[in-house]
This record gives sequence, structure tokens and C-alpha cells, in this order.
Amino acid sequence: MSVFQIDFGSDDSAQESAPPRVVGIDLGTTNSLVAFLDLTAPKVIPGSDGLSLVPSVVHFPIGGEPVVGAAAQRALLFDPRNTVYSAKRLMGRGAADVAGELALLPLTVAPGSENVIRLAVGGREVTPPEVGAYVLRQLKQNAEVFLGEPVTQAVITVPAYFNDAQRQATKDAGRIAGLEVLRLVNEPTAAALAYGLDKRQNGTIAVYDFGGGTFDVSILKLQEGLFEVLATHGDTHLGGDDIDNLLLRVALEDIASEWGADLSGNNEAVQRLRRAVIDAKHALSTVPVATIAFDDAGREYRRQLPREVFDQLITSIVDRTLASCRACLEDAGLTPAQIDEVVLVGGSTRIPLVRQAVRALFQAEPHTELNPDEVVALGAAVQAGILSGAVEDQLLLDVTPLSLGIETMGGVVSKLILRNSTIPASATEQFTTAVDGQRNVLIHVLQGERELAKDCRSLARFDLKDIDPVMAGMARIEVRFLIDANGILHVSAKDLRTGKEQAVEIKPSYGLTDEQVEAMILESFDKAEEDFKERQVRETRVEADRILAAVDKAKQDDAWFALPTAEQTAIDLAINELLLSYHGDDYVLIQQKMEALDHASRGLAESMMNSAVRGALKGTKIE
Amino acid sequence: MSSLPADYFAVFGISPSLALDLPELQRQFYVLSKQFHPDRFARASAAEQQYALDFTSLLNDAWRVLRDPQARGEYLLKSNGFEAGDSRSNPPPSELLEEVFELNMALEELRHGDGEARGAIASALERFLAMREALDADRDALFVRYDANREPETLRQLRALLNRRRYIENLVRDAQQALS
Repeated sequence: MSVFQIDFGSDDSAQESAPPRVVGIDLGTTNSLVAFLDLTAPKVIPGSDGLSLVPSVVHFPIGGEPVVGAAAQRALLFDPRNTVYSAKRLMGRGAADVAGELALLPLTVAPGSENVIRLAVGGREVTPPEVGAYVLRQLKQNAEVFLGEPVTQAVITVPAYFNDAQRQATKDAGRIAGLEVLRLVNEPTAAALAYGLDKRQNGTIAVYDFGGGTFDVSILKLQEGLFEVLATHGDTHLGGDDIDNLLLRVALEDIASEWGADLSGNNEAVQRLRRAVIDAKHALSTVPVATIAFDDAGREYRRQLPREVFDQLITSIVDRTLASCRACLEDAGLTPAQIDEVVLVGGSTRIPLVRQAVRALFQAEPHTELNPDEVVALGAAVQAGILSGAVEDQLLLDVTPLSLGIETMGGVVSKLILRNSTIPASATEQFTTAVDGQRNVLIHVLQGERELAKDCRSLARFDLKDIDPVMAGMARIEVRFLIDANGILHVSAKDLRTGKEQAVEIKPSYGLTDEQVEAMILESFDKAEEDFKERQVRETRVEADRILAAVDKAKQDDAWFALPTAEQTAIDLAINELLLSYHGDDYVLIQQKMEALDHASRGLAESMMNSAVRGALKGTKIE
Repeated sequence: MSSLPADYFAVFGISPSLALDLPELQRQFYVLSKQFHPDRFARASAAEQQYALDFTSLLNDAWRVLRDPQARGEYLLKSNGFEAGDSRSNPPPSELLEEVFELNMALEELRHGDGEARGAIASALERFLAMREALDADRDALFVRYDANREPETLRQLRALLNRRRYIENLVRDAQQALS
């Protein structure tokens, strides 16, 4: 404001017309982050606690507002029944898919969870996309506070091996959080983008991404800014969580034999023991022996865990990741020796055995320069820059991880788009009727590599409706299956006899309907708006305080007394108006009044500056 | 909005032909990707976004098919009214009957734990690989001939050759799977 600086130079019109900023978000199983592209380099955005990692944990206190992040993680210890963690593993799945998983979680699953899991927490029911949305909303707010502007568009990362339903669920989470998801980008690919900024321009790289809940490997060819994925493989149910569960089981058995007490029914104790084994796991990344330390009801459990024993325990898990890597190499038509660079991503790659295994397989020293917890979010920010046009010399060509097919006679799957096809990709197929006058044709779409429909993942059933009633076999309906750049399927159909668009009704096998998502959005979106407004009001008041204080101080200056009375009155009037608006909650009005005061006090500021300049000149010349 | 290219060849601005300069095609693929990928149109109008999506999926489909000689040949046959036919449901080419019979026997023995069958499978695999190599040379010659004469008779010969090659490809795959 002019009290401080004469040429404020604020060009409001330019600011308004600038396109909204797109942030990059890593919505992780354990932790989540948000990053943005700052001039040329991506940067992670810290929250109000100064930390950029937001634990992907949401506490739903009974009768209270949900709490996200570190505070929710603490709640895990005293209110585990109402605290959700690792929700990403439940995304796009039904209760039957994750029965084993749910048995380990201290959560209650509500009835009707066949297609979407409904967790009964805090006296309400929430779905995994809603849990994800709370985490996303927290990240959105962190970004808004940090950047000082509303954030409405984002790139969100997903495991490369996520299927259609899991991707859709992630997109739904974004919508519920009030974010327009411009792109879902695969995590290993994002990591490659983050590294690609300052790495050699051409070569073949493998990204080994072992996170909290998922494992992915992708092999990419880099040339002149083009990141072309050759093949991807993975397991959406393999991660650090599995190591924790393994250690937890061992410790529970150990305690049972030592204390003669089975703690597995005691949710609180189990959560504290989980924390203890996780701490030991983390310690083993740097020291050769760690101790699992746990107390309960006056009893002490201390268990030495040497790294060799830990390595033995997790060998089968690490072997599964290596099998994925070999399959990926084969799909890419490459041998390990043909890989120029290896990039490690995800917290689980801190485990020495994992690093050793990756080094041995690819015969290369893996890159770890970038923080494995941050690299995915940084890459998402680069992709955000590509989409917003800020980055013009890079482009990502990704693939679909799973083959897409339709069920044919005898429950056999006919593949239409093969895995590792560059996306967007499409296929067309002609359908006809089997009976005279038949009006509907049902198409069952699946994802997976197996021959039989029952062994693949059901994606959706598409009902071609209102077909012109003709003789059997005469109808000609052309159906187009399109996998977009997010890896999400779109289906459209045309009646080739009439050339008309054919109606298609979609019944997704898993996930929320559009209407359900819509209902969830409005609720949380309103709140997000409110939150945003509240923050704006608070921030504007802080600004107003500064200006009022500055003007107050200026009124002690000689320049004030030299002002014409009319100008003094105008300033006092403007102060009064600002003070009046100050206590309202209309931040736009406060800003207007601030500007009015700024305008009224311009003359005062100028003469103050002039006398300051004169004083300074005097000082240099005379003394 | 301009309309989409009529076929996979038109995407690359070439007329339907079989002997292709793959490195040049790949260069074109990258140039077109950089120009039309949906990422370049994230803030464009809905119509432009749709065109970018449609064009790029067509481009990807085209590159996937045209870079693979078998798929390219089958695509051209199909667009000329020849159905390639699924070799899996067709009977094996008669001159291969004996070979296939022996391979199936060996595969069966291996499944029942007879390790000695591996030798028979390995030598069968070697013969199939040699047949595939010979077929590839014949195919490439047919490709060049078709581009020069554009005769249906050449396409008929090509169809027979591609069906045979696809069948041998399946044998190679089965033998390799059994040995790995």
C-alpha cells in the first residue's frame, strides 16, 4: 500500500486473467503431499505445521468435524474405531475384495458394501473416496494458504497398476473435495518426470515404486523430452503395510506366548503395537538391530529385531516385487542390462534389502537423489505444468496397465485393447441381436489378463438400449471403447443401419454413481467455500491492521500536519469506513475500503517519501 | 473442427501400403504426439479437447498396428474385404500336422513330469523359429510386391501366409512357455 511504497504496481487485471494454477497431488496410502511448479522447478507445499507430508489418516469423532493428518494419526491410538488409515487400499473395491484387509483394520463395515465399501465411523457412513476427499481438501487448503489464491484444479497420482474402478474412485475423491482433476498420472511415471528435469535427455529408465500400500514398476524410454512408457507392471495390494502386518502378527504371537495373553482383540493395544513395529522397521533402515518396545497394562515387551531376521521375514514380499520387474522387462522386450537408469520411489525403498535386490536385478546403482516420499508429488507438479502450458518441452506417453475385454460365449474374454497399449487407445466392435425384435444388448466389460471372465475384474455392464426391432442378426451396432489419457474407459455406440447414436446405459460393477458423487460434493464443497472465505477474511483483516497501523504512525509525521484539511478529512473518513467494514465478514468489502484508504492517503505517502528522500540527499551532501 | 483421418495410413499421411519405413514412421508418431496429445489441449475448448482425444487415440491405435508387420498385413487385408480368420479355430496347415502332433505329445509328457520331453520341445522350437524366419522373408517380399502391383491375388497369398505365420507364432509361444 502507498503508505509503505509509492508505486505499489498492483496490476489487478493481469492477475485476474491469469489462468488458475494447477497443483500436483500425491494421494498416498500412508502419506499425501501437494506440490506446485515454481517458475521452473517443482516444489512441495508445507502445511501450517511446516511439514509437507500429510498422513493419509482421517479421524471421524462422534458428533464432530473430521480431522485430517498428524492429529488424526494420534487419534489412531485412542480412538481407532473411528479413525481411517490406508483408505487407498479400499478405493474402487467391494467388501469381498478386501475381506482379509478389513479383518486387520479396527473398523466396522456397514451393510451394502458389495460395490462400494461403507465404513461405519463416528456415527456416520463414509466411503473410501470421501476419506480421500478429506485428505485432498486438507492439501487443497494448505496450497491455498501457501499460494494465497484459490486452488481448484489438480493433477492427482495413482498407482500405475490401478484398474478403471480404482482410478474412477480417485477422480471421485477429487470431485468431492472440490477439485477438478485435470489428469490422473501414474506414480512411477510422475517420478520419472520429476527426475527427468535435470537428467540425461535420452535413455531407458526403470522406476521401482514401492510405497505404503502398492507396488509398481514402469519402464520408460526418454528422448528429447518425450517420456514414453514401454511397459508397466505391479500389484495394487503389496506395500509397506504388508510388512507392518507381517511384523505385527509375529509380535502378537510373541506376546501371546510371553504373556499368555492374546491382544489381537484389543484394538487400542494393536494400534500401539503397530506403531511400535513400524518404528522398529524404520530404525532398521539405518541401524543393524532395532527393538520393538511395547507396554500394556504394566507389562513390558522388548524384542530385539536384527536386520538379518527382518530381511528373512520380508524376503517373500521383496521377491514378489522382483517377479513383477521381470514380467515388466519381458513386456518391454528388454533385458536388465539394457536399462540405463533405475529410480527408487516410495518409503519402502529405504529398506536396505530392497535397495540391494533392485541393484542386483538391474545391475545399476539406483537413483535416490530426490526424496522418495516427495518425488511423486514433484512429478505431478511437472505434469500440472505440462497441462497448464508452463512446460512445453516435455510430454508423457503412458500406457494402460491391464488388458480390456468383453465377455463372449461361454464366459470367455475377448481382448479388445491389450495391456501396455499407449493411451488414449480405442477399439471398435460390432454387435448384433440374437432374437427377432430384440431391443437390448448387454455387454460385459472386464479388465485383466486371464482367459475367463470369472478370473478377470468386472468393470461394468453396458446396456445398448432401444435398438430398432429387426430380425435376429440384422442389427448392426458399432461400439467404441476408448481408454482416455487418465486410463479411464468411455463407451459410445452407433447404430450402423441408421447412423444414429445408440443409447448406452452404464452399470459400473464397483464404485459410486454420478448422482452419489454429486450429493457428496455439494456438502463438502460448501464447507470448503466457507473455509476459504473465512481464511480470506482473516488474512484481509491482518492486512488491514498493517495499513491502519501505518497510517496511524504517519499521522505523527510532519507531513500529516502539512496536508490540506480536506485531505486530512478524507483520510479520517476512509479510516472510519475501513474500521466499519473490518468487523463484517465480507472480505471483498474490506479490500475495497483498504484500497479507498490507500487512495486517500497517497498524497500523504508521497510527501512523506519526498521529505525522506530530501533528508537522505541532505545527509549525503552536507555531512 | 476438421474431420479425423479415414484410416491408419492416412493418420501418417501415406496411402495404404505394406513395406513401410518404420524409423520414419516412428519419428512421425512422436511429432504428431507432441502436437496433438490431449495434454496440449487441457485448457482448450471442449471441441478441441475432444478432437485431440480422438486424433491421439487413432494415432496410437495406428502406430500400434502399423509397426507390427503381422497386424499391419491383417489390417490391410481386412480393409480390402479379406477376413484374416482366427487361426486358433482353423485346422493347422496340413503340412504341419505331424509337427504339431509331436509337439502336443511332448507338451503332454512334460506336463506329466517327464523332463526328457524338454529336449523334444526345444528341437521343435528351433524348427518353428526357422520356419518363422523363412516366412518373414516371404512376407516382406509379398509386401513389396503388393505395393508395386496392388493385385488381389497378392493379397490372397498374403492372407494364407499370415494365417500360417500366426499359427506358427502360437506354437513358438506354447513351446517357449513350456520351457521357461
